[in-house]
Amino acid sequence: MAHLIRRISRFFTAHVDGFLLATLLALMVTGLMVLYSASSANVPRVSAQFVNMLVALAVMWVVANIPPHYFQRLALPAYLLGIALLLGVALSGEVVNGARRWLNVGFTRIQPSELMKIAVPLMLAWYFNRYEATLKVGHYVIAAVLLAVPVAFIARQPDLGTAVLILASGCYVLFLAGLSWKIIAGIGVAGTASLPLVWSVLHDYQRQRILTLLDPTQDPLGAGYHTIQSTIAVGAGGLIGKGWLKGTQAHLDFIPERTTDFIFAVYSEEFGLFGNLVLLLVFLLAIARGMVITANAPTLFARLLAGAVTLTFFTYAFVNMGMVSGVLPVVGVPLPLISYGGTSLVTICLGFGILMSIQTHRKLVQT
Amino acid sequence: MPELAINPGIEVRNSRLELHQFRVRLAIAGGFVVLMFCLLAARFVYLQVAMHQHYDTLAEANRIAIAPIVPNRGIIVDRNGVVLAHNYSAYTLEITPGKVADLKALIDELARIVDISPRDRRRFAKLLEESRRFESLPIRTRLSDEEIARFAANRYRFPGVDVKARLFRQYPQGEYFSHVVGHIGRINQRELDQLEAAETLANYRGTDYIGKTGLEQSYERFLHGTTGVEQVEVDSSGRAVRTLSRTPPLSGSNLVLTLDAKLQEMAYRAFGDRRGALVAIEPATGGVLAFVSKPGFDPNLFVDGIDPQSWGELNNSPDRPMVNRALAGTYPPGSTFKPFMALAALTYGKRTPQQAISDPGYFMFGNHQFRDDKVGGHGMVDMYKSIVVSCDTYYYVLANDLGIDAISGFMAQLGFGSRTGVDIPGESAGILPSREWKMRRFKQKWYAGETISIGIGQGYNAYTPLQLATAIATIANDGIMFRPHIVNYIEEVQSRDRTLIEPRPLRTLDVKPEHIAIIKAALVGVNREGTGARAFAGAQYVSAGKTGTAQVIALKQGERYVESRVQERFRDHALFIAYAPADRPKIAVAVIVENSGFGARAAAPIARQVLDYYLLGRDVKAVKDDDDGAPD
Repeated sequence: MAHLIRRISRFFTAHVDGFLLATLLALMVTGLMVLYSASSANVPRVSAQFVNMLVALAVMWVVANIPPHYFQRLALPAYLLGIALLLGVALSGEVVNGARRWLNVGFTRIQPSELMKIAVPLMLAWYFNRYEATLKVGHYVIAAVLLAVPVAFIARQPDLGTAVLILASGCYVLFLAGLSWKIIAGIGVAGTASLPLVWSVLHDYQRQRILTLLDPTQDPLGAGYHTIQSTIAVGAGGLIGKGWLKGTQAHLDFIPERTTDFIFAVYSEEFGLFGNLVLLLVFLLAIARGMVITANAPTLFARLLAGAVTLTFFTYAFVNMGMVSGVLPVVGVPLPLISYGGTSLVTICLGFGILMSIQTHRKLVQT
Repeated sequence: MPELAINPGIEVRNSRLELHQFRVRLAIAGGFVVLMFCLLAARFVYLQVAMHQHYDTLAEANRIAIAPIVPNRGIIVDRNGVVLAHNYSAYTLEITPGKVADLKALIDELARIVDISPRDRRRFAKLLEESRRFESLPIRTRLSDEEIARFAANRYRFPGVDVKARLFRQYPQGEYFSHVVGHIGRINQRELDQLEAAETLANYRGTDYIGKTGLEQSYERFLHGTTGVEQVEVDSSGRAVRTLSRTPPLSGSNLVLTLDAKLQEMAYRAFGDRRGALVAIEPATGGVLAFVSKPGFDPNLFVDGIDPQSWGELNNSPDRPMVNRALAGTYPPGSTFKPFMALAALTYGKRTPQQAISDPGYFMFGNHQFRDDKVGGHGMVDMYKSIVVSCDTYYYVLANDLGIDAISGFMAQLGFGSRTGVDIPGESAGILPSREWKMRRFKQKWYAGETISIGIGQGYNAYTPLQLATAIATIANDGIMFRPHIVNYIEEVQSRDRTLIEPRPLRTLDVKPEHIAIIKAALVGVNREGTGARAFAGAQYVSAGKTGTAQVIALKQGERYVESRVQERFRDHALFIAYAPADRPKIAVAVIVENSGFGARAAAPIARQVLDYYLLGRDVKAVKDDDDGAPD
């Protein structure tokens, strides 16, 4: 009997990384608490998010049980499928709120850019792994093209937030794959020089967001409203916050999208600087664990994938908190594991599943 | 790892090297992560510690709205407590145009639910032009309960439309008091600027209306009251969530007038369908008992914004109902000027009462003939007779003897040519002719010939009925002059404290009492045996009066005035001044009836009605012209 219990427990825990799971659960519990407050005690919404979390954890567990070399095989098909779907969106996607992001595939609507968040680092990791022994500058160029194509599609939808995240994840892979410092420096210089060009191709609303960031008071009731109100909420939180359920900015409806992209403003107002530092610390612990897993990964593919997943997770958190506290432009990036919404939860947990898979399958190989 | 098996030596070393390079890069990335998080943490410290006070204030400002509580406007009552202006609560349907995309479609849709007349639409269109986009403007007032219920059920279909309970001003006496009480109306930009300049704008938060004319305007600061404040917690859409604190408003003070509402109504109706003005004053106090300008208009039209059609009708009417004749209309006083001329003559020693002239029926000045009304003249005329029969020739001669300087100097004392200072705005000063005035006005010197017709109240003379009433009231009061005033006292609603208006006399005329007595005796003679005798036949009190007729068009030399040949609008104005009882006057009155011919015929009977009513309390029917009235 005891043997059976041990086998069952082993079945469930063999490929789960305890440390990572602990940080993740801590963030999820925090998320539910803040959501309860941000939604003004909307129990159905909190329950729905709870179900989302269960689904995401299940996805994570399944992925964690898949050995990394299966991901390696999936990389190319997933990437090609993603590109095909993005092409489909560009040709016949549905326009929602002025952006063409959704593709109707008969029984449901999907957002292919979400798939690319995983598929792009997967593809690049696979590519570098494949040419590991013979890496030359040309390979980096091809990798850059592989990255640029989906980013360009997504940026044109337009979905600047997702495009930036995917671009970041690809750049992390390029960087970790050993892109020469000279080239990095060159890109840096060229990038700075080409800023005016970038400006000229941006959509009006994207330019507006950047301008608004520089001076939110220019348009306090329009584009600047989000930033102004969320910054007020953060600042009003003070040292220890106003207390759970007591944030006036949130409860009197001044913070827009306060259960999704701007949930951090609610958290920050209610838990203050103290809460923010604790939250940063938990994020940092999760990232640190991801880095450890990355460092110990057995293959280049695993290392690059794990590194990209970890750093992308960091990017999510950083961009979101930066946007809410008014240092980054408003881009549609949720706070990972805290913001309401199933899609991002599943994507994030899928990444965690990959990390766990890489970590636990390495151990199994060694023993 | 198949590579390891094939070529162990080199690959392992390369692999180690690569792994090392990778870990360096990873460490750099880790450093980047920590650095970025430190920047975030620094931002948090900045916002939440360094700038906490600032953002906390902003959050509070977001959350707390200062909602004004508009005070009740003071009511206005007459001397007996009859209500002339009050407030009633009613539900209005209001639209905030800034929140509505297609106003016309919205109003069409609303019209299916509540009754919206073309007049409502026109009025709303006018309001829309005059106001700011985010003001809530009434499309319909006085909703019935049923209409409110119907709208409530359909409310979700009408964003930007609200039912509001508001206090409305109402003038139950309507047109009778339109020119005294005045009316309120929506505050316009010019008034906003004035309020701002006077630093009282804060007190008008939430107030949409302000006194526009009459007492409503002149006593605005008493009637308005002090706006209260309610601190409410609001959400982002401005909806109040709960009340945090409350300072109640202070109601505006009530006005208690010296006017007698019944007397006013009676006097107004006595005019029938003729135009004119009447001012009745209590001589001993200067309190105005009746203040009529006929025709009036319904001030209630203005309360929630007048529609352009009604506005046009009022403005374009040939009867000019918007003109306050008693206050701003100036008329030659005609023969009502004679008693004052006589008093001037006595004062300057130019005449004794007994001194008589022989009246041939005209006065020659150079080769210009000034005619008396009575062909052939009045024979021998002393001062008493000159007033009682209203002899023109006596006053032609007198004017010539006094000269313009003495006349204008004396008449100025009686208040002619300057504003009386009555407590409603818009008063005319009238014209008291003088050398200086003519030089200012025409850049010409005064000609002695112009003085002659001044003596009979013609020429450049032009005074308001209020000035005439004040002058006769001063005579009635033996030379002690009061500033006419309409408000008796201001009463604070909470404390019941009363502030009396003008309890003291303005000045005493520099005139001997015995001279006034001579004039008063002659005025009594007018009503007993002279031009006013017919109108005052059978009166149960002794009254004093003087008739007058004011020319509207100048007659050519040698031409005679024949009423039937003159267009109605160019006929003479009829005037009458009077007071009673003669020994202890309780009321003095000045009446002008426009284009109605002789004062004795049209104006004196109205004065009689007013005196009868006030002194005897007798109810009065419409006054008819006394067809056989003697010319004055």
